[in-house]
Amino acid sequence: MSDEQDVITGINAPVYLKYNFTAGAAPSRFLTQLKKGVLMGQRCPKCSAVYVPARGSCALCGVATEEDVQLSDKATVESFTIVSIPIPGNPIEPPFVVANLVLDGSNISLIHLLSECENSEVRIGQRVQGVWKPESEWDYSMNNIRYFKPIDEPDVPAEKIGKLPVTGWEG
Amino acid sequence: MSQPEILNQSFELGYTYTRSTGPVIGRFMTELKKRNIVGIKASDGRVVVPPMEYDPDTAEELSEFVEVGEQGEIVSFAWVKEPRESHPLQQPFAWAMIKLDGADVPMIHCVAAPAESDLATGARVRAVWADETIGFITDIRCFELV
Repeated sequence: MSDEQDVITGINAPVYLKYNFTAGAAPSRFLTQLKKGVLMGQRCPKCSAVYVPARGSCALCGVATEEDVQLSDKATVESFTIVSIPIPGNPIEPPFVVANLVLDGSNISLIHLLSECENSEVRIGQRVQGVWKPESEWDYSMNNIRYFKPIDEPDVPAEKIGKLPVTGWEG
Repeated sequence: MSQPEILNQSFELGYTYTRSTGPVIGRFMTELKKRNIVGIKASDGRVVVPPMEYDPDTAEELSEFVEVGEQGEIVSFAWVKEPRESHPLQQPFAWAMIKLDGADVPMIHCVAAPAESDLATGARVRAVWADETIGFITDIRCFELV
C-alpha cells in the first residue's frame, strides 16, 4: 500500500482559450492615437455624444460615428470602488481604487486606476488627471497612462459630470 | 483622414482549474502513478474501467477495485489525420475505445500507429507508460499495437 501522501486527491484541469483579437476600425484608430499620447474619441452625428474608446457607432442612435474628437487627459470621477481583495494574476496590491472617469470633452466613462490619493477621500465629482508613462514606453495600450491622480480643482456637481467641454472645468 | 491599419494581437484566456478526484478516481490516478490500471466491480459483476463511484444500474456505492491488464483490444476507433496542439500526440493517431484484459467495458485512449490501415477492430494494443508518472491519465502516454 502506498503512503498517505502518495494518494492522488486532485488534478490540474486548466482550460486555455487562444484568440487572435482584432480591434476593429474605430478601436484601431483610438489605439493608434493613444500610442502617440493622444486620447481620441468619436462624436455621434445625431446626438453629439462623444464616446471613448469609440466602438464606431452610437449605441443610443444606432448610427456610425466618424468624426474624431481629441480629448483632454483631465477627467471627473463618476463613480469608484476601493478594491480590498487581491485579484489572482493582478500585480497591484490592495487596497487600490478603480474608478469610472469621464474625460473632459467626452460623455461616457472609462475605467482606470486612481492613485497618489487618500483612498478615503476619493469622491464622486473629484477632478483627476492622467499620469503618463515616459514617451519611450508608449504602446497601443491604455496602460500608457499609469493611473489618474487628483488635481487641485473644485469638484464637479453631479448634474455636470459627463457634460464638460474639452477645455475643462472652470468651477 | 487616412485609415490606420486594423490592429490585432494574440490573446490567451486561461482558466487554471483544479479538480478534486474523489476517492475512486483518486485511487485510479494513484494506481496509474504506480503503473497499474484498476477498474471497479459493478453489482452485476462487470468490471468498469476507469472505475466509477456508483453502480450504473442500482446507484449503489462501489468499492471493489480490480486490477486489469495493460493490454487489451480495440473495440472501435477514429483516426485523427491532423492532430491539434491540445492532442496527446502530434503525429497522426487514433482515438480508440480499448477493452483492457479483465475489463468488461472499453476505455477511451489514444493509439499510436504508423497509419490508419494498420488499425482494425479487435487489434491487440498495449499501454506505453510515460517516462515519469504523476498520477494523471497521461501517465499512459498512448497505446501501441502488440
